[in-house]
Amino acid sequence: MTSPGSAAATDRTALLSVRDLEVRFVTRRATIHAVNGISFDLDPGATLGIVGESGCGKSVSSLAMLGILPQPAGRVKAGQVLLDGRDLVGLSEHDLRQVRGGEIAMIFQDPMTSLNPVLTIGRQITEALRAHLDMDKRAAAEEAVALLDRVGIPDARRRLSDYPHQFSGGMRQRVMIAMAISCRPKVLIADEPTTALDVTIQAQILDLLRTLVDSEGMALILITHDLGVVAGVCERTHVMYAGRFVETGPTTELFARPKHPYTLGLLKSVPRLDERHHRRLEPIGGAPRDMRELPTGCAFAPRCTYATQASWEVLPLLEPTAGGDHRVACHNPVPDAELVAAGLGLGPDADGDAEDDDQWRP
Amino acid sequence: MLRYVALRLLYMVPVLLVLSFVLFAFLRALPGGPAIALLGERATERDLEVLEQRFGLDRPVHEQYFGYMRNLARGDLGVSIRTRRPVREELLDRFPATVELSIGAILVAVLVGVPLGFAAAKRYQGAIDQSSLVASLIGISFPVFFLALLLKYVFAVRLGWLPTIGRIDVRMLTAEHPTGFYLLDGIVTRDWDAFVSAAKHLVLPAIALGTIPLAIITRITRGATLDVVSEDYVRTARAKGLVSSVVNRRHILRNAMLPVVTIVGLQVGLLLTGAILTETVFSWPGMGSWILEAIRFRDYAVLQGGILFFVLVVVLVNLLVDISYAFLNPRIRYR
Repeated sequence: MTSPGSAAATDRTALLSVRDLEVRFVTRRATIHAVNGISFDLDPGATLGIVGESGCGKSVSSLAMLGILPQPAGRVKAGQVLLDGRDLVGLSEHDLRQVRGGEIAMIFQDPMTSLNPVLTIGRQITEALRAHLDMDKRAAAEEAVALLDRVGIPDARRRLSDYPHQFSGGMRQRVMIAMAISCRPKVLIADEPTTALDVTIQAQILDLLRTLVDSEGMALILITHDLGVVAGVCERTHVMYAGRFVETGPTTELFARPKHPYTLGLLKSVPRLDERHHRRLEPIGGAPRDMRELPTGCAFAPRCTYATQASWEVLPLLEPTAGGDHRVACHNPVPDAELVAAGLGLGPDADGDAEDDDQWRP
Repeated sequence: MLRYVALRLLYMVPVLLVLSFVLFAFLRALPGGPAIALLGERATERDLEVLEQRFGLDRPVHEQYFGYMRNLARGDLGVSIRTRRPVREELLDRFPATVELSIGAILVAVLVGVPLGFAAAKRYQGAIDQSSLVASLIGISFPVFFLALLLKYVFAVRLGWLPTIGRIDVRMLTAEHPTGFYLLDGIVTRDWDAFVSAAKHLVLPAIALGTIPLAIITRITRGATLDVVSEDYVRTARAKGLVSSVVNRRHILRNAMLPVVTIVGLQVGLLLTGAILTETVFSWPGMGSWILEAIRFRDYAVLQGGILFFVLVVVLVNLLVDISYAFLNPRIRYR
């Protein structure tokens, strides 16, 4: 996996390569600058976490990739979404349909509302199978049973004729996952897959996703506001703010040495189990940006304690840090001393392997 | 489910009992009476008394009521004072005509209103949406009888495309009517001329009667569709890569139909009221014109039988709607 950055970053083709994607919502009253030029590459089987607050543009990016932005306001203003080298932006509706669910599948936040209440779950799984794999009714039903089995729904055959309201939240999310993986997509986008669930169920669903990504060889994009979720699942993490990536890097590195004040803020606002002393959680002051107009400088400046004159005037671009693959878009990256004070960075665990991330997991 | 239906049917008993009593009392509290309506203002006291005696109208009201209820329990609805025919017989003549008209009106309302409301919602604030809003406002506020007269004048009198009055061409009145539903009769007896004639006669009255339900159904469908299109499961369906017609039909329309079905059921009651006006304008020999006539002649037996029957139909139709709701919406289970 290569780092995001300029459009010319890669010399080989990644499975999914997003280049300078910009998304706008245009209404009569205002234009919302939801996504303002994000780029990343995803290799087959890779796992990428995209982290940010509500409204930072993470869900919108994924809807834009699939061409299912809310209409009529949503539109891709610029950029490319290359899947195996083919640009999905501007692809015909007919061709896009093959991609949706077939090559890129999506799991949504709220399993309570993401399943159609008047159709049986069997119907909802088989309709995806039949749309993409040209299966007959019986074969699709058999496959649906196998899928439900695989995502851990007991008594799968009987439950095929049940309706969504007859399932618990966690079970519904398993159904959503079964539906998403049904056509063996190359990329699975999970948009806040655990946010609406109980903590114990969250862990189960994350485990399931991890297992499936391993066994199916799918690439995973995990979108969340919860750093703890990313820590256990994703090799790489991109932190998003106001429609841009502000910090990207291998998850371990990013958690150990956050360079962007916003990333640090996010980390400080997560409760940790491994701390000896009870620490007050520190929320990030202020509110997310009003996305109606683009700022000239750093979008985070109004909430940032490190902001200088330059932050307000010049847009910072993603630049490599000492860590090499670790990039940050900040004029005044967080000094290491600050990290130690926050109980992060430079500790003995800092450059350990992925196991150390467990401290962040829910 | 069976238990639920049985219970609902049981509830009908007190409803009908109370209503029959109120109806009976109110009719007799009205000034005038059948005798004077029949014999005219110049009838002598003696003539009136004789007539009242003959129909038992001189007896105390409560005695009349219990007598009526006793007969009703045996299926005897009494005799029309005006025509001297058993009310039951007349009812069986009239009822199919009104049902045919009402079904025609509901079909007009649903077949036009649902697609129109859906199209309006899909192009929210577009041309179809705006014009359907104006059209349905006109539809709701336009008096039924005036619309009926207008339709009749333009399409029957001026353009001559469709017949002006009645259910069927007078030359075909002798055609066989095994069911009383003329369209159905045409099919059953393979009398296609009669079928076509009956269909032509049905068009204008059905449109006139269907306008208000049409306007309401269009608005409800539009609102329900707007609610559903932004639901998460519609996004899920799109993300699955389904063809948009499947998303529209299976995922959007199916959910949007739930409130529409309820409204259709409620419209049936209003429809029967509207039928009185429409049937009068088009001389449609149905329950509406029958009851209107009965009011003029204070034809107690017809009024009691007819109105009770109306109520029975409305209650039954709404029960049917509630039952069908359980099939459309799996979250609803009746116990």
